[in-house]
Amino acid sequence: MEITLIGMNHKTAPVAVRERLAQVCRLDESPLEKVRQCPAVDELFYLSTCNRVEFLFTTANGPQALEQVKELMFGHLGLPGLQLESHLYVHHDLEAVRHLFRVASSLDSMVVGEPQILGQIKAAYREATQRKTVGVVLNRLLHKTFSVAKRVRTETNIGCHAVSISYAAVELARKIFGRLHDKRIMLVGAGEMAELGAQHLLAQRVRDMVVVNRTLERALELAARFGASTAPFENLLEALVDADIVISSTGSIDPIVTYRDLKPRMRRRKNRPLFFIDIAVPRDIDPEVNRLDNVYLYDIDDLQGIVDLNLTERRQEAQRAEHIIESETLRFQQWLQTLDVVPTIIALRRKAEAIRQAELKRTLSQLPDLGEREREAIAVLTDSILKKMLHDPIVFLKHKSGRESKRLFVDFTQQLFNLNEDRSSSASSLDSHER
Amino acid sequence: MGKGMEGVLLTLAVAFYCVGTAGYLVFLIRDREEVHRAAWAVLMAGAICHGAAIALRSAAKGYLAVTSSPEALSFFAWFLVIAYLVLSLRLRLRILGSFVSPLAAVFMFGSTLLPASSIPSGPLFRSSWVVVHVATLFAANALFAVAFAAAIMYLLQERSIKQKRLGNLHSRLPSLERLDRINHICLLVGFPLMTVGLLTGFFYASTVWKSPWNWDPKEIFALLTWLIYAVLLHERLAVGWRGRRAAWLAIFGFSAVLVTFLGVNLLFKGHHSTFVG
Repeated sequence: MEITLIGMNHKTAPVAVRERLAQVCRLDESPLEKVRQCPAVDELFYLSTCNRVEFLFTTANGPQALEQVKELMFGHLGLPGLQLESHLYVHHDLEAVRHLFRVASSLDSMVVGEPQILGQIKAAYREATQRKTVGVVLNRLLHKTFSVAKRVRTETNIGCHAVSISYAAVELARKIFGRLHDKRIMLVGAGEMAELGAQHLLAQRVRDMVVVNRTLERALELAARFGASTAPFENLLEALVDADIVISSTGSIDPIVTYRDLKPRMRRRKNRPLFFIDIAVPRDIDPEVNRLDNVYLYDIDDLQGIVDLNLTERRQEAQRAEHIIESETLRFQQWLQTLDVVPTIIALRRKAEAIRQAELKRTLSQLPDLGEREREAIAVLTDSILKKMLHDPIVFLKHKSGRESKRLFVDFTQQLFNLNEDRSSSASSLDSHER
Repeated sequence: MGKGMEGVLLTLAVAFYCVGTAGYLVFLIRDREEVHRAAWAVLMAGAICHGAAIALRSAAKGYLAVTSSPEALSFFAWFLVIAYLVLSLRLRLRILGSFVSPLAAVFMFGSTLLPASSIPSGPLFRSSWVVVHVATLFAANALFAVAFAAAIMYLLQERSIKQKRLGNLHSRLPSLERLDRINHICLLVGFPLMTVGLLTGFFYASTVWKSPWNWDPKEIFALLTWLIYAVLLHERLAVGWRGRRAAWLAIFGFSAVLVTFLGVNLLFKGHHSTFVG
């Protein structure tokens, strides 16, 4: 049995292919429906996000299964194999396990540490369990993946730092105001960056927004999109009295809000905190206003500074996360090794059971007068003799599974009980047996 | 310090408070749930031992044992820990513990270091006015101590945001509005309690010394402290003071509380020392 992972992500695929990935991840149809096309595959798991696609499977016949899964993937993406082949990565066994752990812990993400990926993997796993395409090995692996990702998240600070400008601004707003949903946002100017920031704030359930712009047309357009109101540019300073968060991005050469403008208005707003996010270059807000009590001003360089700092921090945390993943991968390997003895154990049980059934049949046919109860008793008796007989050898084998010497004991057991004749069939029946 | 059982309990309480404080300081640096849970439990254990010790001593004396500086300080530390333990269940603001528990530990330590002078007991202590006087003032002081801790947290957080140096502490501390609000609520509840405490004190004084106001140092400082908090409350409610200035005034107010509460006992000899030596 081997575990294989095949996929591509934002690092390996060019933009043209990633655009296709983004389209595909919104589709409802799942390639797991077509698992029948891959007879060499035992268990299959499929993950798709807007910048990655991964197929994880177990198989007893590696090369053949790989070809079948590739075909499945090319078909699903609707792109020719020739175009995709060079962007694929293929990982086997421990490499595959490690890769999955890294993806789930968000070490392989475009924005390292972003939290969504774990949820996406969980959803993908739910899908796979509903379609019954995962069995013992992948069930175990995915559950382990969730716990590894959780461990990385709690034991490192990888997810704690904002690494985009708009996100950094939202985080700051939350450190100033706590809850944001009852706060009023003012967009001054209507640039793209301002829009992005506003979107992030709306995601925090901010509902009250006002757009102030020199051209009314653009203001109305933006206001319609965000369900905001508008205010004339001339009233900007008055509107400041009721705003809590101001995102400014006008093309103005001179500052539009100065210390002297703001000072009397802070008194009128009873000193409620006011947070300026100035993303315009040249700056819209006079830096002096940061000296006022309860006024907080961050310009684009300040925010970029936070992001850079957080990125450095994240890289350090990522190293600690890699360490956790390394040790968890080794622990999973130990479990996988116990699987090597499982076929032998199953063969042993199966042989014993076959003998029991045959002997039972013969004996019972010679004793036709026996009642139902007696027949039952004999069946139970033989069964428990077998179980007790086999208990110690099985425990012994399981115990040896982590050792280098296990091969020896597996061979020895097979010779001792003469299991070799049905060994080839038992390996592939492992999964169907336990599924 | 007390003898026998009571001494053992007090020592245990001091030890628990120190361990709990250490735990909370670790929690300040590393956000681990189990650290918080352990520190909370240890503080709780400390509070139980401490409460038992106070109960033992009070039972032996026949009245609430707050009649010497060490006793009063120890009682105050106990009140503070209890106030935090209860608040932390309601507020879900666990980081507060990192600031309140050191305060309680310091007070507790202080109480073991202060010279104990015992005062001949008398019927004076058994008046129900005294109980109201002591209970309200201790509650008010505990709230002001929490406000003090919140104010320090506010100033730290505000400084990191203003100066744009967002370190580890920044991410561990709660939002400015939240801290300011805690400060505000402690003041809103603490101030009336303090007022009631002072009024009962004056009223009781007038039954003992025939006059409510005797230019006693304790009285003067208490009135000053009350004025500081009155100004803070007024500025907050009427003018809309908040944030940094309010935080500084809360710190200033609590310093005045400490001076009134301890400094006067230790430095001046007034007639209040009939009660607290």
